[in-house]
Amino acid sequence: MSDHALSATSSNLRAGASGPSGPKPRHMFSRRNIFLYGTLVVVALYYLLPLYVMVVTSLKGMPEIRLGNIFSPPLEITFEPWVKAWSQACTGLNCDGLSRGFWNSVRITVPSVILSIAIASVNGYALANWRFKGADTFFIILIVGAFIPYQVMIYPIVIILREIGLYGSLTGLVIVHSIFGMPILTLLFRNYFTSMPEELFRAARVDGAGFWGIYLRIMLPMSLPIFVVAIILQVTGIWNDFLFGVVYTRPDTYPMTVQLNNIVNSVQGVKEYNVNMAATILTGLVPLIVYFISGKLFVRGIAAGAVKG
Amino acid sequence: MAANGTSVSIQDLSLNFGAVSVLQTLNLDVAEGEFIVLLGPSGCGKSTLLNCIAGLLDISEGRIFIKGKNVTWEEPKDRGIGMVFQSYALYPQMTVEKNLSFGLRVAGIAKDEIARRIARAAEILQIEPLLQRKPAALSGGQRQRVAIGRALVRDVDVFLFDEPLSNLDAKLRSELRVEIKLLHRKLQNTMIYVTHDQIEAMTLADRIAVMKGGVIQQLDAPQTIYNRPVNRFVAGFLGSPAMNFVEGQLETGTTATFKTGDLTIPLDRYGFDGAGNKSGPCVFGIRPEHVAFGEVANSMPFATDAAVEIVEPMGSDTLVWTKLGGRNFSFRVEAEKTLRNGDPIRIGFDPARASLFDTPSGNRM
Repeated sequence: MSDHALSATSSNLRAGASGPSGPKPRHMFSRRNIFLYGTLVVVALYYLLPLYVMVVTSLKGMPEIRLGNIFSPPLEITFEPWVKAWSQACTGLNCDGLSRGFWNSVRITVPSVILSIAIASVNGYALANWRFKGADTFFIILIVGAFIPYQVMIYPIVIILREIGLYGSLTGLVIVHSIFGMPILTLLFRNYFTSMPEELFRAARVDGAGFWGIYLRIMLPMSLPIFVVAIILQVTGIWNDFLFGVVYTRPDTYPMTVQLNNIVNSVQGVKEYNVNMAATILTGLVPLIVYFISGKLFVRGIAAGAVKG
Repeated sequence: MAANGTSVSIQDLSLNFGAVSVLQTLNLDVAEGEFIVLLGPSGCGKSTLLNCIAGLLDISEGRIFIKGKNVTWEEPKDRGIGMVFQSYALYPQMTVEKNLSFGLRVAGIAKDEIARRIARAAEILQIEPLLQRKPAALSGGQRQRVAIGRALVRDVDVFLFDEPLSNLDAKLRSELRVEIKLLHRKLQNTMIYVTHDQIEAMTLADRIAVMKGGVIQQLDAPQTIYNRPVNRFVAGFLGSPAMNFVEGQLETGTTATFKTGDLTIPLDRYGFDGAGNKSGPCVFGIRPEHVAFGEVANSMPFATDAAVEIVEPMGSDTLVWTKLGGRNFSFRVEAEKTLRNGDPIRIGFDPARASLFDTPSGNRM
């Protein structure tokens, strides 16, 4: 009887099916969407406009630039400024363009990134999982190190590098970059390893893995996201560095940023805006590419599924 | 396997974190093939004790023997133990097979021996179809089975379980509980099992060690702990629904009696522990299932009138709340009995089944 009553009710409901049912309809031009996308478009334009001007200017010839219409697209597209910026622009005595600086920067960035991340990840792992005596003190000292302005340390480091015979060499600069990357990277890795389930580490110890065994076979394969974060931080940071580059290298080993500055800020001759723009884009390209490639890895959670159901 | 030999022996073990004392001169002997459950509320030190046995925590004082060997300073891998963790702690990037074999590969055991051991463990735990899967593709119960397998392949004498079922839902928990019991019967290994779940403790253990504040309160067979708890903490911790407690006075004369309000409970049938029967304030405890109701109550050494206050049907039986000596008092009746709030009832019990605790110390009398 109650069954009957139930079906009667539901058919009554169905008969009067004029009320809302199913998914709520969404309107493309609702007030919410207009505000949301409007804001996004405005902000995007604001940030993209300078890039647009740079690209457009770099594709124009000098006569066209002199007309002063910086927003107008090029009438005659020319890639000559790009070629000149890469291989002919003069900085000091060298007239082989940014290519020299590019390769210098690669020779600085790659070893610095590898060295600093390798050391910092082991540091962070030791601080998080092997609580040695004085670990907290060590960590605090390291963090305080992150707050000391670089400028304070420039001169002492010049002397140290001179004494050990590395001043002016790329090796010296690589060491400097690795040391200065240490506090923030160690903090990064320590916090990541601390967030990993402690029981995983204990299980590995019961299984007989030692310090390096756990690091290489358990922790490392689970840490891809944090390594990507560290690589992004270090590549962009070291690539964009100007201060250490100009202080610790010689003109023939200048990194790209220093060379770019020397091209753009040259006070002699005509200001070649198109070449300057091309050179600037070229220099900024590497960090830009790093962001595009690693964006997806950035958010991927590898450790998901390790713990709980 | 030498029967009745000592498998794990903990002698005067203390552990301090700075000024905080977590374990205090603790002694525990576990016999060969015994299933010991460490039971207690959170923060009682039971997991800490297990980690000490495993060698994952450095102890402050004392010694630990496993199979007659002093392992106090040994690394976990050299202690002859396998451990199962609450969160399973499977290596997420490895397949089930690699998870099982990791410890063996680290130890440098030959490939065919590894394969043989994995095959055996997989067969015992029925995880053969899962061997090539990653932990993320397993359900909670399957993961915990793999975690047990990881301890199994190590071919060890002692298994340590750290709340292995706490992350599972109630149904899976009771299934795996039975499986662990079967596993123990099959392997005859020594097992030390940490839990805060009294049902797991009661069903699995040969002996239960009830812990509180880093001290073992009572170490005994489940039935003994249930029926003759040594103090009020143990009495209240075990049993669901919990034991009824009534505070009052013990009067020793020609016959001992317990007095609370206008009630007098004769204690001539109660078995006192040693010389505990001195007059003074004490707590009378009786379990809800030891209280008789209705006609049967009149045949009990003690019976009184009461009124129903609340009825809690639990399916298999019904818990009825009333008042005794001004205190909330519960007892169990069959599910078929229909009682309503306010119904006058007659309840009674046999003081021989009760527990009497000294009020100042909380110890059994």
